Amino acid sequence: MSRILEVENLRVDIPLESGTLHAVRDISFHVDKGETLCIVGESGCGKSLTSLALMGLLPTKAIRTANRLTLGGRDLGTLNETQMADIRGSRMAMIFQEPMTSLNPAYTIGNQLAEAMLRHRKVNPNEARERAIYLLEKVGITAAASRLGQYPHQLSGGLRQRVMIAMALMCGPDLILADEPTTALDVTIQAQILHLLANLQKEFEMGLVLITHDLGIVARVAHRVAVMYAGQIVEEGTVEDIFRRPMHPYTQGLLRCIPIPGKTARGAHLGSIPGMVPSLIGDLKGCAFANRCPHAFSDCNTTDVALREASGGQRYRCLLSQEAAEQNAREAATA
Amino acid sequence: MSAQTPILETKDLRCVFTVRQGLFKAKKPLAAVNGVSLQVRKGEILGLVGESGCGKSTLAKILLGLQEPTAGALLIDGKPSSSFSRIDIARRVQPIFQDPFSSLNPRKTIGDIIALPLRVHKLARRDEIRPKVLEIMDLCGLSKRFYESYPNQLSGGQRQRVAIARALIMRPELVICDEPTSALDVSVQSQILNLLTDLQKELNLTYILISHNLAVVEHMATHVAVMYLGRLVEQAPTDELFRNPRHPYTRALLDSVLTPEPGMGVPDSQLGAAFPNPIDPPRGCTFHPRCPKAMDICKQAAPTPIVSGEGADYDMVECHLYGPQEARAA
Repeated sequence: MSRILEVENLRVDIPLESGTLHAVRDISFHVDKGETLCIVGESGCGKSLTSLALMGLLPTKAIRTANRLTLGGRDLGTLNETQMADIRGSRMAMIFQEPMTSLNPAYTIGNQLAEAMLRHRKVNPNEARERAIYLLEKVGITAAASRLGQYPHQLSGGLRQRVMIAMALMCGPDLILADEPTTALDVTIQAQILHLLANLQKEFEMGLVLITHDLGIVARVAHRVAVMYAGQIVEEGTVEDIFRRPMHPYTQGLLRCIPIPGKTARGAHLGSIPGMVPSLIGDLKGCAFANRCPHAFSDCNTTDVALREASGGQRYRCLLSQEAAEQNAREAATA
Repeated sequence: MSAQTPILETKDLRCVFTVRQGLFKAKKPLAAVNGVSLQVRKGEILGLVGESGCGKSTLAKILLGLQEPTAGALLIDGKPSSSFSRIDIARRVQPIFQDPFSSLNPRKTIGDIIALPLRVHKLARRDEIRPKVLEIMDLCGLSKRFYESYPNQLSGGQRQRVAIARALIMRPELVICDEPTSALDVSVQSQILNLLTDLQKELNLTYILISHNLAVVEHMATHVAVMYLGRLVEQAPTDELFRNPRHPYTRALLDSVLTPEPGMGVPDSQLGAAFPNPIDPPRGCTFHPRCPKAMDICKQAAPTPIVSGEGADYDMVECHLYGPQEARAA
């Protein structure tokens, strides 16, 4: 197994008038070749900023720091803007949520597909065109050659997202970052797009970081899962562990919130997580989840909580022992 | 049950828009709602599902009296909607929209927003308004201190509670919820769904729940209607529909639901082609280009609805795979 992406203590800070907003707080993770890591969390947890930080596309005000940030062994932290631009679209590519807004309405599909390849590889326009047709067919677009002359507004949402995927694949990247790639799409199209993404990832042995709030997608697509809350990773593990034995109270709470056809009784109350996410401005004292946690005790408000490792390699950020956490997981599953 | 008059009924409802496709091209008709017949009885929750562009929202607008149907009948409490004024319909039928960020006036306080229907309908004296608003806020889980707040001071979940309070202050009989939770986070979604469940029991409400999230529909609805390209292709009680989906489109929709079960992989819904252009719908059954079970007849003739049961047991499927293969007049 070879590591494609390694991230250690990534922080994103945004200075505001009222103080510094610590949007991403010391998160560490890695992605192997051919592996899918899902980053899951609710709005404002820092998952999207994490992906922008990796791509070097943060807003200018935001400050990125990391102890280690490497792509295929190459340190991204020390690169200047030009060197970073050589990597973006070439070694790592991004698929955004809104294919409406991330395609340029003034250029044809063919033009936009070829752009990255002409920028990064020594190819002539004909070769780029052939690669574009090949990939459009790969992502399931019929009459690919005739699509090249079309503009984004002539395509449906599902087709646009396929074009975005083809575009990300043009230079054969090692890593793809997909931020909510199917949120704007219908369920039927969502299933097709995810199916496609999973197949392409397997075929080209890419690393995939998929950012989503949808636990259904996570369960079906991920190999490993990182659950984010208030800018931190609160739990990380294999997809089986996260769903069958969630250790962190937040993960347990999230899983109880979603209705599951055939399992949750009609009209019965779903679980919920009362309270609100704490402000991310300034330093957090104690556990970020303590004010919403059903298992919180006095130490949770005063002690900084580190990630601890459970048997099997699952990591969780909680003061509860493995036995207590497993007990809570069993109770949450039957409640 | 079955003898009860439905509080809302539509008969062969149609709504056709004329669309200009280009400056020099002729206008073409687009049938957004193309013959929809449905019934909602008191206390039911009807889930309406379908892909974007299938006409769900146009149908909702017609039911709210915001859009005039081109043809067909809309009956409220058994009487044609034309015998009611706009205001009368609004007293009985109220909406909750998807986006709590754009459906609340940013310049009004929460108290004003919730009280507006009372003022418009002149249902309360000036000094009664505040207690009534506070009562419904309490019922919807909104703290009193928000009375003087503005929408931008509230979170998404709280705003959706305001939208619900505004819809319910009139004590309507029927609430049309158009994607009430799809703009919200998972943990907030469950709170809003719980609230809708409680309110329904407490106030004896009837809902039409429009959603593309089938897990939510399965959890809430007593009955489900599946819409495709302006027509209902299947209607059945929820358990029946989820246990035994008959229309291939319903089957595909159910197959596309991603339940949080690891190791299952992503299903292949087999819906090859994309959603058809509603201006130029396919001949015969409009679903046939995407249907894995399409037969010859599907390309030539549109299927007719096959109905069995009535009242709360009503179910309907419109597909050549079932029953008499007669053609519907196109």
